[in-house]
Amino acid sequence: MIGILAAASLRRHPARTVLAILGVAVAGALLLDMVMLGSGMRESFRRFLLVQNFQLRIAPKGTLPMDTEATIDSASAILRTLRSNPDIVAVTPVLGAQIHVLQGTQALTSFAVGIDQSTEADYQLEAGANVALPDRIVANAAFFSAMHVAIGDTVDVATGFDPQLRTYTGRRRLVLTGRGRFFYTSAEQPVAAVPLATMQAMGGPSRTDRVSLVLARVRDSANADSAAAWVDRAIPRVTTISTDAALRQVDERMGYFRQLAVILAAVSLVVGFLLVTTLVTVSVNERLGEIAVMRAIGVRRGRIVQQIVLEGVALSLIGAIAGLGLGLVTARYLNAILSDFPGLPSTFHFFLFQPVAAVRSLGLLVVAGILAGAYPAWRAASLPIAGTLRREAIA
Amino acid sequence: MTVTDTRAEPGEKSRAGGPIVQVRGAYRDYPMGQETVHALRGVSIEIARGDYVAIVGPSGCGKSTLLNLLGVVDRPTRGQVLIEGRDTAAMRDREATEFRLRNIGFVFQRFYLMAMLTARENVELPMAEAGVGTAERVARARELLEYVGLKARERHRPGELSGGEQQRVAIARALANRPGLLLADEPTGELDVRTGAEIIDLFRRLNRDGTTVVVVTHDLELAAAARRTIQMRDGQIVAQLGDGRIVAQSAL
Repeated sequence: MIGILAAASLRRHPARTVLAILGVAVAGALLLDMVMLGSGMRESFRRFLLVQNFQLRIAPKGTLPMDTEATIDSASAILRTLRSNPDIVAVTPVLGAQIHVLQGTQALTSFAVGIDQSTEADYQLEAGANVALPDRIVANAAFFSAMHVAIGDTVDVATGFDPQLRTYTGRRRLVLTGRGRFFYTSAEQPVAAVPLATMQAMGGPSRTDRVSLVLARVRDSANADSAAAWVDRAIPRVTTISTDAALRQVDERMGYFRQLAVILAAVSLVVGFLLVTTLVTVSVNERLGEIAVMRAIGVRRGRIVQQIVLEGVALSLIGAIAGLGLGLVTARYLNAILSDFPGLPSTFHFFLFQPVAAVRSLGLLVVAGILAGAYPAWRAASLPIAGTLRREAIA
Repeated sequence: MTVTDTRAEPGEKSRAGGPIVQVRGAYRDYPMGQETVHALRGVSIEIARGDYVAIVGPSGCGKSTLLNLLGVVDRPTRGQVLIEGRDTAAMRDREATEFRLRNIGFVFQRFYLMAMLTARENVELPMAEAGVGTAERVARARELLEYVGLKARERHRPGELSGGEQQRVAIARALANRPGLLLADEPTGELDVRTGAEIIDLFRRLNRDGTTVVVVTHDLELAAAARRTIQMRDGQIVAQLGDGRIVAQSAL
């Protein structure tokens, strides 16, 4: 019966109720988006780093992975050292370099990675075959589109350009064997992968046995930070960063962003709370006589409180559910806008839908609904019955 | 049991001498700004079980205040109000609410039905609060609506009913938990003469069927229908007339 009465109260002024629900939905959508933004960027970055489950990134001393053109020499020795640690179960070297894809008089400058053929550490194959043999190349859709080439075509690739002689160096004809989605570069940037040995050979003596980065996978039961510390001790000319350490750095650098998200989430929550409080308070004020009569005929205070709190919760819950849909749509739209930012990897998202974030937002709005109903409910339950009836009679 | 049977012990209802209401030297003062309004000044009355009492008097004489004391929605500032032998001043809020739910029926001038509920749901409301099961309360609500002549209107909402019909639904609601005492505050105040007469007939029938009725009214016809009339002025009882004697219009 309390549920029927609460529903009846909300149906009494349908337009007002719908407007309040829409208001809560907008507040809920903003709340969800901010929760998604606050936790989503970090989670997205974590997933981005762990896309192929390599927890360690080993770069030249004092640099961040792929941040400079610096390379690590004696890569073979480093790989042997890394493989000697029982906690490290897989390693894969990567050599990054700029390449020039020549087509007649035109040249497309692109980025390429030389990779260990046994692992797809940098990309996921979408069509064709991996670079299993020397002089093979896998590229992304942007590369195919820019060069107007197809799988099976041969492309003329150079790793250097002498501006004085205006000649390309390190030229080699490579067969396009497949198309891949590269994890760490933006979808619009043409990028390719070739066998590490081919890339080193194209680079000449300066690239022999050199790599830009080594990715290492740590045994599940081992501690990645401890393994990183071991690598730094065993190979002093490198800097090792674990996924957790990278996330800690991201946390530090992105702290202001999360604070902004928290503030906006709190504001939207307060707006939703005030909206529901206002509506329920107005509704209660309109039916003080009715509430006094209910009390007079024997309806308990607790029941009045339940009914009014239920009205607040119903408004919040319906608004929150509508806000969930609205929040997902706006998050998708905003994510698309932000993801267009130049240079961002295609696998990186600002707004990441996580069920826990949705449940958290719903929960916060329902709690806000309970609190929003609490004040008018307390006011209604503590009405002096006789005085209210007397005032109603005079009115 | 009939629809108007109360929770009183068998035989007790017919025993007209047992007081259901005893008011002893009741005062009720209200603070109003810097002033104190003395709404009741030492009122003492007894109402026997099965009686039908009309409380009359000019506006502001304390009729509704007295009715509120009898309905346990208010407490006397001084004095004692005993309903069914229980001192209402000693009751805590929860106890008073429970007491009202099971022992007192209220009828108001403005009906105060729940606008979004049907006639039957309105009648069911006090029974639901008293924990009566759905099947039982639906059956009793139908029985009560039939008693007040609204069986065919059970699915109608208050907005779809006339004033007289709404008041009859309100009376059915007041009887839902078989109260020993039915209190009505100006029950014909919002009704035209013909509809008011139907409500007066209904109260008369209710009383005849055993319900103790106390009405506060300005309505001469309604007052005349009562077995006893209590006349008030300035918070005091100035006259008590029995056996259906009609008080003068000036007294109302």
